[in-house]
Formats: sequence, C-alpha cells, structure tokens
Amino acid sequence: MLWVVPPLAVLALTFLYPLTLVVRQADGYGEVFRQASFRDALWNTVVIAVGATAGALLLGFVLALVIAFVPFPGAKSLSRFIDIFLAFPSFLITLALLFVYGSRGMANGLWTDVTGNGTGPFDFLHTPWGVLLAEVTYFTPLVMRPLLAAFSQVETAQMEAAASLGARAPRIVRQVILPEALPALAAGGSLVLVMCLNEFGIVLFTGAKGVTTLPTLIYGKAILDGDYTGACVVAVVNVLLSAALYGLYRLLVARVTKGGARRAGA
Amino acid sequence: MTRGGIRFDGVTVAYGDTVVLDSLDLTVETGEVMALLGPSGSGKTTALRAVAGFVRPTAGRVLIGGQDVTGLPPYKRGIGMVVQQYALFPHLRVDANVAFGLKARKAPRGEIAGRVAEALEMTGMTAYAKRYPRELSGGQQQRVAIARALAVRPGVLLLDEPLSALDAQLRSGMLTELAKLHRDLPDVSMLYVTHDQSEALTLADRIAVMDRARLQDCGTPRELYRSPGSAFTASFVGSANLLTGVWCGTDVVEVAPDLRIRVREGAADGPREGDVTVCVRPHLVGLGEPDGSGLNVVRGAVTGLQWRGSSHRVTVAVAEGCEVTAEVGELRVPPGLGERVALHFACEDAVPVGVPGA
Repeated sequence: MLWVVPPLAVLALTFLYPLTLVVRQADGYGEVFRQASFRDALWNTVVIAVGATAGALLLGFVLALVIAFVPFPGAKSLSRFIDIFLAFPSFLITLALLFVYGSRGMANGLWTDVTGNGTGPFDFLHTPWGVLLAEVTYFTPLVMRPLLAAFSQVETAQMEAAASLGARAPRIVRQVILPEALPALAAGGSLVLVMCLNEFGIVLFTGAKGVTTLPTLIYGKAILDGDYTGACVVAVVNVLLSAALYGLYRLLVARVTKGGARRAGA
Repeated sequence: MTRGGIRFDGVTVAYGDTVVLDSLDLTVETGEVMALLGPSGSGKTTALRAVAGFVRPTAGRVLIGGQDVTGLPPYKRGIGMVVQQYALFPHLRVDANVAFGLKARKAPRGEIAGRVAEALEMTGMTAYAKRYPRELSGGQQQRVAIARALAVRPGVLLLDEPLSALDAQLRSGMLTELAKLHRDLPDVSMLYVTHDQSEALTLADRIAVMDRARLQDCGTPRELYRSPGSAFTASFVGSANLLTGVWCGTDVVEVAPDLRIRVREGAADGPREGDVTVCVRPHLVGLGEPDGSGLNVVRGAVTGLQWRGSSHRVTVAVAEGCEVTAEVGELRVPPGLGERVALHFACEDAVPVGVPGA
C-alpha cells in the first residue's frame, strides 16, 4: 500500500490543502445565499452547462457522423483541424463570434447594408444564448474526438449486414452505430459538462454585461469587491455543484446504457 | 419479395484504371448453389458485392429474380448476406440479432417471434436465443449470422467466405449443415464465394472459376474436375499434373523428345495442333508396370515421396524438366528416392486443357 503515498502527498499539497483553506475561509453562507446575484449566477451556471452539454453532444454526434461515414474530400483534414481547434484558447472563439454576430459584426453589417437600417437584428451575444452558442462551438470538438475514435471501430461489415437486411441509414445510425458509440458519447459529455460548469473565459468575454455564472461571480467578489470570504462560499458551492452534477450525469449514463441493452434484448 | 435467381449481364467494376471485375456474364438459377471460386484478387468478392449493392458496376446489369437491381440501394434488394467475420450486432442478443431484418423490413409484429424461432430452429441455435454474440463460439456466431440472413426469407443468399474464420473440423461440420440448409430451402439461390476448392466441390451445384477479374470456367464440379477448360481451372479445382507439349497426331502429344502420350479422344477443345497443356489427376496415376495394354506408361527416377496417412504421393522425373506425381494408396514398401519406377495412366484421364500460358 506504500505506493499510494507519493501521489496522495502530491494531491494533498497541491489540491486538498488549498481546498480546505478555501472551505475554512468561507463564512456567512446565509448572507451569500440570500443575494439575488448569487441565485442568478447559480441558475445561469446550471442552465448554461446543461444546455451547452446537450448542444455539444447533439452537434458533435452529427458532425462526427458526417466526417466518419459520409465520404467527402477533406474529411481527413477536417478531422485534423478539430485537434488544432482544441488547442485554441476559449476566448478566441468568443472573439470570432463577436466578429460575426457582434453589434458591429459581419452579420449585422450585412443586414444594415442591405436594408439601410441603423442597427442589425443580431443582439444575443451578451445574453445567456450567446454564452451557450460560444460554449457549444468551443466544446463540440471535445465530444467529436472520442466519437471519431469510436466510429472508426464500428465494423463496416456490421453496417453492410444491416443494410442488406433492409435497414436504411437512420436505422443503421440508431441501432448499429449509436449503441457502439454510447461509451464515447458519455465520456465526451461528462468532460464537456464539467468544463462548462467551470468555464470562465467565454462567460467573461461574451456575457460580461448581462450573464454571471459562479466562476465569474467568484472573480467579481474576490478581485473586484475584495470580498474573499464571500468568494470562498461561492467557490465551495461551485465545487459541490460540479461534483453533484457530474455524479447525476454518470448515474443517468449508467441507466441509459443499461436500459439500451435491456431494450435491445427484448 | 423478389424470388430466386441472379443474373450478371456484362458486369464490369473498375476503380480508375484498375478493372477488378471484367464483363462478367453468369446466371444463377432459382434454387441453385453457385460457388465463385478463385484466388484472392480474382474479382469473386467484388461480384458478390455487386449483387448486394455495395459495389456499383461501371458497366452491365445485375438482375435478381428477373428484376434489374443495378440502381437499387442494398436495403431494397431483398437479399440475405453472410460474411466471413459474422458481423453480428454486439449489443443485441441472439434473438434480437435475428429479428433485426424483420423489424427493418416492417414485418407484422405478431409474426416476428415465430419467424425468429423458425430461423433459430433451422440453424440449431434455439437454446442460445438469449445470449450475446460475445458469449458464443465462432461457429455458433456464424450460425446466428445465417439465421439472421434467413429470417427475412430472402430469395437470394450471398455467402462471402462464410467458413474461412472457422477451424478445419468446424468447417466440415458447417459445410454439411449448409448442404442440409440448401435441401430445406429449395427455392433459395445461393452465391457462395470461396477460395477453398473443397468447399466449392462439396456444396455447389455449379462452380464459376475466376482469375484476374475474369470468369475462366463454369460448370458442375464433376465437369470441371473431369474436363477442366483451362490449365488454371485444372490446378485450382483439385490438384493436377500439367504437362506441356506439342500435338503430333490427333490424340498424341509429345511431352519430351522421347516421350509421347496418348490423350483423351477429340472433344470440342479446339484444333489439335501446336502447343498444348495436358492435365492428369494424380489420383488417376498408378505406380508400377501396367496390367493391361492401351495405357500411357512413363518411367523415371523418384524425386519426391510424401506420406499422407492413407496415401503416398510419389513424384517421378519422367523427362528433362517434366515431373509426374502419382497419388496412390499407402504403400507397404515405398520406393526410395532416386529409384527408377514406372507410372501409368489411361488415355481417357489425360485431358488436353488448352494452350500453355493462355
């Protein structure tokens, strides 16, 4: 059992000890909980994280499906590009979205040019929808990477057998490809969920004016207001929320995968 | 649903400049088992995939049950297919695997259970209905794959090297069962792709021999074995001594300056002049001086001797650069290497199989 000591020591020094400091610093829970800004931030965090995860899963599945199974020139380079995309900083995506959908962005520019109006119709970047769009855009590749790996494992012979048995493409996707991709989908989803719960850069860049989530609230309390104890309270809530949502997600995945197997066997 | 019978009508498949199937004309009758036999790269699997709809012919037509299906997607062709690697759906139990095609083809709900049971019964897999594929042996998985293909009651069953992943013993057992299946389903046409001549000889009503993207020969196993149309067929269907020589008379071939053999009397195998290859089956060659007359006798030194349990294979150099192998029942006293022996075979069993190198 001695071999567990070094990693445990490192973990304790770099993670657990600071965490206990944060927990011990936290004070005045009741007061923080009563603030409307905290309740807003909590709600925003959960809704945006769950929404972005669902969006990234859906979009990632469809895109990976196309890249893996629809032969088109450039599919390989596109798949390479996803790896590079993952290396971009998150706020870069936000900046790109600003250039496209911002009040002076391309989309609105096109609109004002065509219609002659003073302002364009696209004004959602600073709302939760903007944050959602940015997070889905940024985190979708995170879902696609494991999915593409899973799709490359699906035997062509299985899909051909299904087709010869009379199955069309939607049925093949549903009953042959999806079941084999479920573990990869679950892995990608859990990663995105946790990343979204703690995303800071995107929220700061897009939603700064109207949308606050727990991480930006912590930043605001600690750096802007100098309220460290309050920041620690929010941080504790953020950690617990991450753990709870992640646990819930794994439970859901376990149920779905098992249910899938049961349904299939009937 | 379309019923049996497959027709290839000048089917060509090419990828760029590479022709993998060259204007194939072939008809599989309703209820017939046709083996496509050939080495890898001969185009046999491409031909099967053209019937299944996974390969689009560059030219020609494919007909199933008299209907042109060349432009139809696989799911509309009403075929059953079994492949070498089973391709069962790993997350579905055996019964759900077998039911897959019925559900995909929207069979009435009430019928599905009965037809699944029937297909499992036919392949002897009833007891395994609730297992997952990973819990079955290779042979059992292949039975499920066959049951899955049969459950949809196809008029045409395509088998692509179905036994190649099984070990030798299991293979011969499955071969017997496939033959029985064929008797139980007299209306189903089967196209059976294999590189194994014994599978083709055992199972097929007719064999189509393929080589280098072309159909080389087609006939009943007995025809191809007794009277191969080419040297390639002779060597690929059964083993063969192939002797090259020159015609010097209507029924006589000079194999070497001092060695002439008398061959089977004229059939419609082209003009009897110039170069020719003669096929003699090793098991039709006898060892020793012949009892009767009218037989070909060749003599020479033993260059090879193989003991095969129930038989001996004796190879004799009968002329410069010309060896003949005889497969004879196990010898009590086999000849030693270098010993001079005589071999004999009937004229009837020396079959001209065309011009060498053609």
